[in-house]
Amino acid sequence: MAENSINTDIVKEENLVYKKTSLLTDKALSYCPGCGHGTAHRLVMEVVEELNAQEETIGVAPVGCSVLAYEFMDIDMQQAAHGRAPALATAIKRLYPEKYVFTYQGDGDLAAIGTAETIHACNRGENITIIFVNNGIYGMTGGQMAPTTLPGMKSSTSPYGRDVKSMGNPLKITELVAQLPGTYYVTRQAVHTPAAVRKAKKAIKKAFENQKLNKGLSFIEIVSNCNSGWKMTPNQANQWMVDNMFPYYQLGDIKVPEE
Amino acid sequence: MKELRLMKGNEAIAEAAIRAGVDGYFGYPITPQSEVLEYLMMERPELRTGMVVLQAESEVAAINMVYGGAGAGKMVMTSSSSPGISLKQEGITYIAGAELPCLILNVVRGGPGLGTIQPAQSDYFQSVKGGGHGDYKLIVLAPASVQEMYDFVETSFDLAFKYRNPVLILSDGAIGQMMEKVEIGDQKVRLTDEQVKERCPWATTGKTTKRERNIITSLDLDPNKQEKFNHKLQAKYKEIEKNEVRFEEIQTKDAEYLFVAYGTSARICQKSVQLARAKGIKVGLLRPITLFPFPAERLLELSKQVKGILSVEMSAGQMIEDIKLSVHCNIPVEHFGRMGGIIPSPGEVVKALEQKFL
Repeated sequence: MAENSINTDIVKEENLVYKKTSLLTDKALSYCPGCGHGTAHRLVMEVVEELNAQEETIGVAPVGCSVLAYEFMDIDMQQAAHGRAPALATAIKRLYPEKYVFTYQGDGDLAAIGTAETIHACNRGENITIIFVNNGIYGMTGGQMAPTTLPGMKSSTSPYGRDVKSMGNPLKITELVAQLPGTYYVTRQAVHTPAAVRKAKKAIKKAFENQKLNKGLSFIEIVSNCNSGWKMTPNQANQWMVDNMFPYYQLGDIKVPEE
Repeated sequence: MKELRLMKGNEAIAEAAIRAGVDGYFGYPITPQSEVLEYLMMERPELRTGMVVLQAESEVAAINMVYGGAGAGKMVMTSSSSPGISLKQEGITYIAGAELPCLILNVVRGGPGLGTIQPAQSDYFQSVKGGGHGDYKLIVLAPASVQEMYDFVETSFDLAFKYRNPVLILSDGAIGQMMEKVEIGDQKVRLTDEQVKERCPWATTGKTTKRERNIITSLDLDPNKQEKFNHKLQAKYKEIEKNEVRFEEIQTKDAEYLFVAYGTSARICQKSVQLARAKGIKVGLLRPITLFPFPAERLLELSKQVKGILSVEMSAGQMIEDIKLSVHCNIPVEHFGRMGGIIPSPGEVVKALEQKFL
């Protein structure tokens, strides 16, 4: 793994307080500037690095904006069919019970086309981690309505806003899977501020540690933005997320194991 | 002395999977193949060999579990029957596109749609021409006995790993359900994780500092690379056509007419050959054992000897297209078949031969 090239005329070694994890590749991220995926990728890889588990971790990428997650994460990964990541992860974990296995999925992937795979992997209590990035839209295909698109929210397939009467209601799948006996730890986080990033990382780490303890399924939702899909600047998108997404998708732990 | 058992075709497949050292089976109930999953659950293979057996929430999930397990280098399989196999096509094309080894069993029932639970051979096109989207081929084996159901499990995995290609066993409700004597093989030890790494250096077994990360994907957005990859796949299929054609011939030496039939139809045609010969009609049988690759060369040779070919299938006539292509239409090729779950009688087949050619 090549190190990032640092311009030492500008950045002095003695002033370095932060370094990119060695488990992120040097490939330029394909995400829009301002998108939360980059931060979420980093957190997952930082956790794997801190657990010293590069060799012990197998990831499953979805179909969606993060379809190329395997380009950025320097671990063995499989790219699933749309929505099927939990099925792949189920088999990988059952066949390699000692490994850390995680899926990384978006809202369309996890909460629409993959609903059955999501619910049943959760219900079986597969000993895996699901990282669920919810930005309320299909980003990769150009901003269509997602299962998590808010009422009234505009998208390319709800151009006059989501009419819940004809288009259905946004799905709080995280609350739904929290009801299932197979889920051990269910939480909803965000990555829009340094404080939120720190909390999200803590949650991801806990989720991975749960695997080592054979506790069952840990489900981490990260409410994120899609400034390009939402047709906003990154700042506006983050503010809109705080004002509109967070009231509907409230941050915090939803199911915490009793110790 | 070898161990002999009286078993259903579906049970034989399940026992063969345990004995072959298969690592994982992922299935979903559907008639007429549910005995595969039932037998495995009853046998507790997790205690016998450590094999993972899981009843998935759907055929879609089951094939994607196979995709995950295969990508991690393990010997994995699934089974279903026609409507379920249609659901699996998404996963199958991903597996073919990611060049992964696995075994899929189709215990065919009549269609289209929900059709019937009785045996049929109407999934031939879906099996040998790809089935899902994109240009890909499965290696397709067609057992004609319960013994072959058993034996083809190991053959399938040998081929699957040799070519990094999914293998389909195309059976039908008759072979899945009927009971015959089966010679059982010895128990093979499952590969250790270290052996898996050796056999499958491409698999997601965990990135070490000694190698680049392994990625299992069928995606390449660069059309030039994607075309190059497709050429690579096609070259592989050519290689398979060159090396892996399997078939059986019965009384073809002096044959003036030829039945071509696989699976259950081939069993019926064996009797039809006897009946016809008793009447003085010199007919033989060519039974393709591999449907892809198809025994095209041998059929072309035989077309210079026989006056006509009768393709006998429990379908509206699907394999007949491959026969016609094989013999370059230089002799008459006719179809006889029953549909909707009806199995033709040997006499019916002889009658059809007489009507079409004599």
